[in-house]
Amino acid sequence: MTRRAPRRAARVVCATVLVLAWFAGGAPSARAQERFVIVPDSTAAATPAPPPPAPASFAPPTGLLVHDVPNDGGRALELTWSPSVDDVPGHGRVTGYYIERAPSPGGPWSAVDSTLARSSQYVDGSVLRDVDYYYRVSAFGDGEVAPARSITGPVRATSQWFNATRASVLAFMLLFFTFVLYFTASAQAGRKPFVRRIAGVDAIEEAIGRATEMGRPVLFVPGISDIDELQTVAGLVILENVAKVTARYETPIRVPVTYPIPFTIAEEMVRSGYLNAGRADQYDPDSVRFISPEQFAYVAAVTGMMLRDKPAAHIFMGSFFAESLLLAETGFSTGAIQVAGTANVHQLPFFVVACDYTLIGEELFAASAYLSGEPRLVGGLKGADLIKVVIIIVVVVGSALETFGLHGLTQWLATQ
Amino acid sequence: MKREVPLFITGAIGLFMILSFFVPHHWVSVPADFLQACAVIVVAFGYVLGGANVLRVNLEGISRRERGWGYKIVLVVSLLGTVAIGIADGLRHNGSFPVEGTPSKWIYDNLYATMSGTMFALLAFFIASAAFRAFRIRTFDAGLLAVAALIVMLGRVPVGDVATSWLPEWLRLGTLQQWIMDVPQNASKRAILIGAALGVMATGLRVILGIERSYLGGED
Repeated sequence: MTRRAPRRAARVVCATVLVLAWFAGGAPSARAQERFVIVPDSTAAATPAPPPPAPASFAPPTGLLVHDVPNDGGRALELTWSPSVDDVPGHGRVTGYYIERAPSPGGPWSAVDSTLARSSQYVDGSVLRDVDYYYRVSAFGDGEVAPARSITGPVRATSQWFNATRASVLAFMLLFFTFVLYFTASAQAGRKPFVRRIAGVDAIEEAIGRATEMGRPVLFVPGISDIDELQTVAGLVILENVAKVTARYETPIRVPVTYPIPFTIAEEMVRSGYLNAGRADQYDPDSVRFISPEQFAYVAAVTGMMLRDKPAAHIFMGSFFAESLLLAETGFSTGAIQVAGTANVHQLPFFVVACDYTLIGEELFAASAYLSGEPRLVGGLKGADLIKVVIIIVVVVGSALETFGLHGLTQWLATQ
Repeated sequence: MKREVPLFITGAIGLFMILSFFVPHHWVSVPADFLQACAVIVVAFGYVLGGANVLRVNLEGISRRERGWGYKIVLVVSLLGTVAIGIADGLRHNGSFPVEGTPSKWIYDNLYATMSGTMFALLAFFIASAAFRAFRIRTFDAGLLAVAALIVMLGRVPVGDVATSWLPEWLRLGTLQQWIMDVPQNASKRAILIGAALGVMATGLRVILGIERSYLGGED
């Protein structure tokens, strides 16, 4: 054998892998960050994969392609390869693949992860942005390792300026915001839209009136989520209106809160409710209490309040989970009027069963506008109604297109 | 200024966070991640306020000998004891928490977890009493609900399917319950979810643009 023979063999392997890669994964992209240079792995023998090297009785994987994950902030690279020809279901000796990477073709190589047999894809989310990496994938099984015959790289993860998969969300959001702002401005100009009666919201004042007659307090529960949940924000906005009514009726209010930030906001809401009702002097600093972020500790405390203080009205407004029925059923057993509102679909049946009135889904968010009667807030409701009409049209058109085998709209609406 | 500055901060950060949903570039995503980390720190400070409120309310109750003041003593002692033991364990194990064999882990396993489990278990009894009320057939709608619930409950267990195995496939309880879950149940659930999502967006927009500003407190 001549001196040139290994080099020639390497070229043949390289060309074969390139052709295989072309057919297996499609042509390499022309994008600048997706450069695929597949070179023979001269270091594979010198720096083998983690387990002790042994001559493998099976072939390594081929056709390794690495490309930047699209629509992200340059935080991941996606690897695809063709599994070893000996990686056969039920008979294969290959039990998995080692994934290694290096800053240069000469190493040093570091193990990234391993995958199971018959896998052909991996997303490396541990890369640094705008840094070149080289990858190789070797097969292992039965104490043997089939070292990678080629290295792929350099490839780098880069940031993109727009997540194209979210274009449909952006379009709908802009349309929705336009509607809301238009109707808000329109309501401000004097064209206040009609808002249907929400029985549950009307019942709040009735419940507070009953509590006043009975000389008992009102219990307001703003859900068990933190302030990052908008249902909590909606609940707290309703709280201000409820506090205004309790202040007017000179009825004590109790507000047990789960998280510290909603607690401070709830304090502020109740205080401003009393202030706006002209009864600032009657504000009780103990009316808002921090209980615990732990779900069942909170339940124990609130049900204890229900049974000890016997409030005549229970108002549940916010995000609820498994505790919804525990609270509502205990409240039901005390004979209090109960009004609940949540957008957590799975808890709605419990509230419907155990409470006198229930605000379903969006009614919770509409309640603050409804209660305040402020034209600017009420105008926003009209915008939400109009976008619902648009959504219904899109659903009907999308169904028709899918029926006729046209998937363009569905694909545009799919997000990541 | 007392109102304008918080409104400006809310608007600016709110719009920036919306932007970060569509722009994955690190010039946007890195500051967005930083802001979210800041929120965690702010929440951590909030716990101090929350803890102070718990102590104030309960210590006042104890000093005034309010009804059930003995329980308040138990609460305050448990709170302070758990915090003290947790800090001591954290210092001993370089901040790792919870570590097997430590008093904190013992409190978690033998007090907290068991008491939480007990509260959660009560749900079974409450579901039974709520179901009893829900399935009383007083109106036509309640009758529909009861029949649908019966089909779904029976169809979801093997005995329901076996009992109707002699019927054509489309009339078996398993098939009927799947249809109820997939079509009417799913359709109404999605309708509520779409409405709620729009409500979330509308509320968010109102807060960001300062149309809804009652959360700032103070006079209107």
